Amino acid sequence: MTREILFAGFGGQGILFCGKVMSYLGLVSGLEVSWLPSYGPEMRGGTANCHVIVSNDAVGSPIINNPTDLIVMNLPSFDKFENTVSPGGNIIIDSSLISKKTSRNDVNAHYIPATQMANEMGVPKLANMIMLGKLISVLAAVSLDQVKEALEKSVPPSKKELIEVNLKAIQAGYNFNSDI
Amino acid sequence: MDKVLMKGNEAIAEAAIRANCRHFFGYPITPQTEISAYMAKRMSKVGGTFLQAESEVAAINMVYGAAGAGVRVMTSSSSPGISLKMEGLSYIAGADLPCVIVNIVRAGPGLGGIQPAQSDYFQAVKGGGHGDYRMIVIAPSSIQETVDCTIDAFDLADKYRMPVMLMGDGMLGQMMEPVSFPEVKTDHLPKKDWATTGTKMKRKANIINSLYIHPEELEEVILKREEKYNTIYETEVKYHTEGLENADVVLVAYGTTARIAKAAIALAKQNGIKAGLIRPITLWPFPTDIIAKTAPNVKCMISVEMSTGQMVEDIRLAVNGVCPVHFYGRTGGAVPTPTAIFEQIRRYA
Amino acid sequence: MMETIFERPKALADVPFHYCPGCTHGIVHRLIAEVIDELGIEGDTIGVAPVGCAVFAYNYFNCDMQEAAHGRAPAVATGIKRANPENIIFTYQGDGDLAAIGTAETVHAATRSENITIIFLNNAIYGMTGGQMAPTSLVGQVTQTTPYGRKVEMQGYPIRMSEMLATLEGSSFIKRCSVDSIKNINDTRASIKKAFQCQIDKKGFSMVEVLSTCPTNWGLSPAESMDWLRDNMMPYYPLGVYKDVTGGDR
Repeated sequence: MTREILFAGFGGQGILFCGKVMSYLGLVSGLEVSWLPSYGPEMRGGTANCHVIVSNDAVGSPIINNPTDLIVMNLPSFDKFENTVSPGGNIIIDSSLISKKTSRNDVNAHYIPATQMANEMGVPKLANMIMLGKLISVLAAVSLDQVKEALEKSVPPSKKELIEVNLKAIQAGYNFNSDI
Repeated sequence: MDKVLMKGNEAIAEAAIRANCRHFFGYPITPQTEISAYMAKRMSKVGGTFLQAESEVAAINMVYGAAGAGVRVMTSSSSPGISLKMEGLSYIAGADLPCVIVNIVRAGPGLGGIQPAQSDYFQAVKGGGHGDYRMIVIAPSSIQETVDCTIDAFDLADKYRMPVMLMGDGMLGQMMEPVSFPEVKTDHLPKKDWATTGTKMKRKANIINSLYIHPEELEEVILKREEKYNTIYETEVKYHTEGLENADVVLVAYGTTARIAKAAIALAKQNGIKAGLIRPITLWPFPTDIIAKTAPNVKCMISVEMSTGQMVEDIRLAVNGVCPVHFYGRTGGAVPTPTAIFEQIRRYA
Repeated sequence: MMETIFERPKALADVPFHYCPGCTHGIVHRLIAEVIDELGIEGDTIGVAPVGCAVFAYNYFNCDMQEAAHGRAPAVATGIKRANPENIIFTYQGDGDLAAIGTAETVHAATRSENITIIFLNNAIYGMTGGQMAPTSLVGQVTQTTPYGRKVEMQGYPIRMSEMLATLEGSSFIKRCSVDSIKNINDTRASIKKAFQCQIDKKGFSMVEVLSTCPTNWGLSPAESMDWLRDNMMPYYPLGVYKDVTGGDR
């Protein structure tokens, strides 16, 4: 099993953190992982993305050219990466920010209004965790305990109080049925 | 110990601290700045010194002073900054001082770009600074190996009284992988009785110096150092191989590129082509022997690099015409894809 | 019984110096060694030698020494001091080393208030390479690289380092002295001692600039050189204290 997961959106949406939690989730599940961010001037307010690979085997190239899973939180990233997704892969789309539908019929598209849901929950900064929750439900590979453990490892000790609310956001995304 | 996810840059900094490095002098430059930032945060907590110097030139000379004073010391930079450090590096080599220099390589020449590259190979292994000198150059290819190599780098520097460069690239510096930190022991290393710590009026003065005005005297010093370099060439070569048995095509690649090469080798296997990998871990001393031994048994070798072809020259020297040595590379910050490398394997298989 | 009334300072090595006849490096070396003796700090002192005429200074003192690359002595001294803060560190630098190729290292050591002492010999010329223009060469001064005299429109103005460094918050004691007379030599010794004392008292960066001669490259006799120093250098580089945070006389 190897999942090549590309997280993409605007800087400030918590894209890199989202990838970090996913990486820890792989780690606590006993898998090999790598996390590679975009860096440099790209980070300054523009698009941000990170490449997370979770695998049974040692990770070779940490660069993802054809993701098995794309988590996308803005239109420019959707336009840029939609066609790179491997056939049979998943695209998880924040439908509050991206009104387009995918034109691909060889991938599984999951539309979730994560930003709107986060606003309604009063946690506008946690749309990323809602997206992650959806990804976890799509991959259907881990337990809630493991998610909690991954969060605990991802969040610095000074921000421990944020774990619960992050977990809630992940659950909201996990429980959201986007395929109706 | 529990594994944690760490960026390569941060892992280098933490490993250095675990290796009892308590002095760091640096200057900000992308994509290695996290090393400085991490050191700034941690050094004061462990009673060490982090100093942001006024320039790369000053930083490497602070390293010279501190190394001469007998402490474990490190600096880090990325390509353009390393060029500036080359003067100091030559003096450090000439004064036989132990220190660790990290180069998180980005694309050049000039300001180049900030994306990963391996185009500082020549500078690192062939000189860079002036004069007859060598530097041990270590090129890890995963974050865990980066940790282990950082610790080794300090030991090698102290053991041989010479500068050791840890060479990564922007990708290795920025990516995260799980790491654990081994226990570090330094009691097997020689005492630094040559350091300038003050005579306390109990011994003759120690002098840290690279100037020898009489040619015969300087020649003697250089030749003695050369013997040391020969010992290192005989004993400290490190590499990793994969699938060399029955391989028709052998890729030679280091660092990040070696990881991508592995993915290409897996593709070759799926397509019924037998390909293997030689991954140099020490770039100097270069794993000449294993390359020479492998050459008669293969159709060809391919050097895969993020440059226009630098390490390939050392591979050709090692192979000495026994088999063809091809080159495939991307440069300017572009990274080869597994598919593109696989195409090369298929072409030459 | 014979009484010893003059001897080599203990911190000064018993070796022949390579300096030219009439050169003032020897005087300043001796003054530093006397101060090290007086303060009883030889066993804790580390000197940093420059590139320039004083490049062999590492052989002329009995304390531990490091030889720095051209202009980098303040950075090397910083490394040594940060490694072992209880050591007393001095650099010995000429005008090309300190005020041209090493200006950045000098200025930043001062502004960091790096707790080191710099002895700066200003003789307005590059000695070792055979008499080229220094950053401190005077306007009109003939050197190998200003054969028609230093021209402001070509080479700009000579730099006054003591005045400049005194403007920095980080400097603690900055004084310009001269070794052209017995009186001034004694004053230089006292100033070097004060600079070292500042470091011992952890007051931060101290520097003594010493106006010096270069008879060989000035093309003058040693005695004429002293006159030239007084007539030409002193008006442009006035002696005196430029910074003193210890509250001493200004």
